[in-house]
Amino acid sequence: MASAPLPDGLLSQEPLLQVRGLTVEYDTAAGPVRAVESFDLDVLPGEFVGVVGESGCGKSTMLFGIAQLLSPPARISAGSVLFKGSDLVTMTARELNATRWRDVSVVMQSAMNALNPVRQLASQYEDVMRAHGEKSSSVIRQRSEEVLALVGIDKTHLKSYPHQLSGGMRQRAMIAMALLFTPDLIIMDEPTSALDVVAQRSLMVQIKELQQRLGFAVVFVTHDMSLVSHFSDRLVVMYAAKTVEIGPTRDVFAHPGHPYTQGLLDAFPSIRGPRVPLTGIPGSPPNLLNPPTGCRFAARCPHRFELCDIAPDMYDTGHTLAACHLHAASREEALR
Amino acid sequence: MRFLLHRLGFFALTLWAAVTVNFFIPRLMPGDPASAMMARFHGRLNPAAVHAMAIAFGVDANQSLWSQYVGYLKNTVTGNFGTSLTYFPLSVSSQIAQALPWTIGLIGLATVLAFVGGTLIGTISGWRRGGAVDSIVPPVFVVTSALPYFWVGMMLILVFSVWTNGALPNDGAYSLDATPALSGPFVLDVLRHALLPALTVLITSIGAWILTMRNNMVTVLAEDYVRMGRAKGLSNRRIMYQYAARNALLPNLAGFAMSLGFVVAGAILVEYVFNYPGLGYMLLNAVNNLDYPLMQALFLMITVAVLVAVLICDILTAWLDPRARSAS
Amino acid sequence: MSATILAGTPGTAEVPRRSSRRRGGGLLAAVRSNRKAMVGVVLLVLFTVVAAFPQWFTSIEDPDAHQFELSLPPSSAHWLGTTAFGQDIYAQLIYGTRQSLVIAIVVGGLATVLSVLVGVSAAYLGGATDSALSAMTDVFLVVPTFPLIIVIAAYAGKGSLTVIIGVLVVTGWSYGARQLRAQALSLRNRDFLESARVRGERRSYIIVCEVLPTMTSLILATFLGSALYAVLTAAGLQFIGLGDSSSLSWGTMLHWAQSNSALQSGQPLWVIAPGLCIALLGASFALLNYAFDEISNPALRPIRRPRGKRSAS
Repeated sequence: MASAPLPDGLLSQEPLLQVRGLTVEYDTAAGPVRAVESFDLDVLPGEFVGVVGESGCGKSTMLFGIAQLLSPPARISAGSVLFKGSDLVTMTARELNATRWRDVSVVMQSAMNALNPVRQLASQYEDVMRAHGEKSSSVIRQRSEEVLALVGIDKTHLKSYPHQLSGGMRQRAMIAMALLFTPDLIIMDEPTSALDVVAQRSLMVQIKELQQRLGFAVVFVTHDMSLVSHFSDRLVVMYAAKTVEIGPTRDVFAHPGHPYTQGLLDAFPSIRGPRVPLTGIPGSPPNLLNPPTGCRFAARCPHRFELCDIAPDMYDTGHTLAACHLHAASREEALR
Repeated sequence: MRFLLHRLGFFALTLWAAVTVNFFIPRLMPGDPASAMMARFHGRLNPAAVHAMAIAFGVDANQSLWSQYVGYLKNTVTGNFGTSLTYFPLSVSSQIAQALPWTIGLIGLATVLAFVGGTLIGTISGWRRGGAVDSIVPPVFVVTSALPYFWVGMMLILVFSVWTNGALPNDGAYSLDATPALSGPFVLDVLRHALLPALTVLITSIGAWILTMRNNMVTVLAEDYVRMGRAKGLSNRRIMYQYAARNALLPNLAGFAMSLGFVVAGAILVEYVFNYPGLGYMLLNAVNNLDYPLMQALFLMITVAVLVAVLICDILTAWLDPRARSAS
Repeated sequence: MSATILAGTPGTAEVPRRSSRRRGGGLLAAVRSNRKAMVGVVLLVLFTVVAAFPQWFTSIEDPDAHQFELSLPPSSAHWLGTTAFGQDIYAQLIYGTRQSLVIAIVVGGLATVLSVLVGVSAAYLGGATDSALSAMTDVFLVVPTFPLIIVIAAYAGKGSLTVIIGVLVVTGWSYGARQLRAQALSLRNRDFLESARVRGERRSYIIVCEVLPTMTSLILATFLGSALYAVLTAAGLQFIGLGDSSSLSWGTMLHWAQSNSALQSGQPLWVIAPGLCIALLGASFALLNYAFDEISNPALRPIRRPRGKRSAS
């Protein structure tokens, strides 16, 4: 259960987003592959949640699963996604379309691919506003200029096509588009990965500023743990389609409960600390076509012991929640 | 703008190549065309006819090859193609002017219809993958697009003309006893005569458009901006047309431009089968009558028609794709 | 005629993807599982057998001889009837297979070779050579070659088989050259080529031993497309009388049928049969081409699942 200790500064509120048991399967010729298995997450209003994991761990699939943006052969095979109380998975298309963008918007990895290359920015902002009932051209134009101003882009660029903007500007234009209705939740799939380090940081700073100013919640997926850690309130670590650790960012870094998280942290050298030899994590993730029945990280874990043949629950380590039997209160608890 | 200038340059280059080929073919063939002609039309040629051929070939024994070439170029540019040998003493240009509207009207219209219709069907087929439409469409149209144009025409004649005892005509552009005029009955007559040939072109050419558009749609639908369109809560229709089809269409247009050579081949055969008095039919008759001036001019005219169509496609592409406008 | 625009063309926006290497075993399995490919292969094999051993399929030894009664309807003696000259239509069909198939394969092969030479060279030599070769390719592509062939044939006299093959190759290579060049260009900067360069391999080695094998599927598609082009265009030429009218092929059969107004005089089979054969041979190439496109790009394969709530989701 994802009822992690609440981050400081946030009142005890109704969660904006409640994901329970989300499972996404891909139908392949060799059989169904579970890219996301029983994913749980609560997101409070205004919270910044980072999701990290290596390539192929299922984080992007999970994100699109939440946003109901999966394409065949992927499909949600189990679970619910409660947004403000309504289950997005079982909603009708009409209800879903009304919620889309107004309440939940999306920012993707590459704006060059995510923006329609043959239409001007203005028309791409316009069509979503019209789709949600806005009829007045002047209101549309005004709002478009407002969001561009929020991200620091001059309004003359409304007439530009995506390929005419620089990479950083494109990403910001995409973020501006996501803010059109000032939604409650913005889902971001590695929006900074396509940029250089300097642009990355400035974009992250801008996102954080906007978030604090406008108050939306963010679920931010990335493989770059160190980058997101400066900005997120909570961190989710995924491995082989499952959540292995979740907790306040500071605690995940200072007191990692799961050996995988520890391994990830050890892979980043510290700028200030003493020189230590870099340790990677030997081995590779399991084949999801036929995942192991016990703990999925066991094969690569330096702390493996005999209980690891049983799939672990999420245990409270006192700082975070970690899916590792090392934190079971007793042997009996682990076997339950 | 630069893009269009580039294409116009290509247009000019191709035209020049065609004209030059036209100039050199008679000279590369064994024997001297002029004297061969004289021998064939022995006694029937008067000085005017000789002069006609001289213009058509640019042949003038008194001049060097280069000045013959220049003279030929000049004649071509001014539209002076000489006199037709079959329709003597009518000029070649007048004959072409007569046949041109029939070809553009029938073949041109049918081809455009096939492209537009095929693109539409391909869009829907690609959008609804796995649906009923999509499981039938590809195999059926792969086969129809491999059918020879002329054979389809003959089959249509068999079914709709011969077996129905002439319900639909299969010969010419209008009935022999009809008088050309802009009257209702005449127009109807023309349409009746155009039905089978147009159907032939439609049936054989639509397949390729459906299939390429469908494949393009499938590729485009996997793109992020389509997913973004769904994320924005846009209607399916809007995504299908404005996001997917708009992008999938672009390579299709390029393909259309490149396929025009095949369209012309098919057109010639269809006109032949149906005795339809267009440029293709005239070309084949000219070949049978060894009317060289007419033949060469027709080849040139067909080339110009194709180039104009290609240019139109280029303009359309530039209009639809902002990236093409900025690219060099 | 328009089928040559299919699969693997610039019009399908997929040219750079057809670069996966495939081992022989994988290919065979893929072909067997794809229905379209199977139909195409079966047809092709059938025609090849008929072309190679016509005597297995008919007892008549000289189908051109005017040895039977004129214009007979189909019967047990003459399955498809006889022509207006007294020839057995079925026998003609069988023996005519050879020329049609030979033209398809030979033109397909030669045109592909030419396409590969021009296309790949243009991509690798770059610069002015590339511009010149590309311009030449585009001109050949745009100029309507069918009327050109007609004009040339008129001057050169009615063609022999060699002339037809020659003309078809010269007019049919440009399409493939364009696509091959596009793919070769996209491969130029790939890592495995970079490693070959760094190893110090000669350029010719790189082109022949590294690049070409990666382009096999596109080269195959070019072959199939050229073969299809050859079948249909040759048939068209023979139909209007510009082929070798004295030799036997499906196109010439149609030519004689048309000259004798077969449709109008109640002899439709004389027209239907050879045309159907041309269509089937062409269809076999087209199906194979389309199937290979599906095999190399799995995204195009037919989905055999019930549709979900939202069609494109």
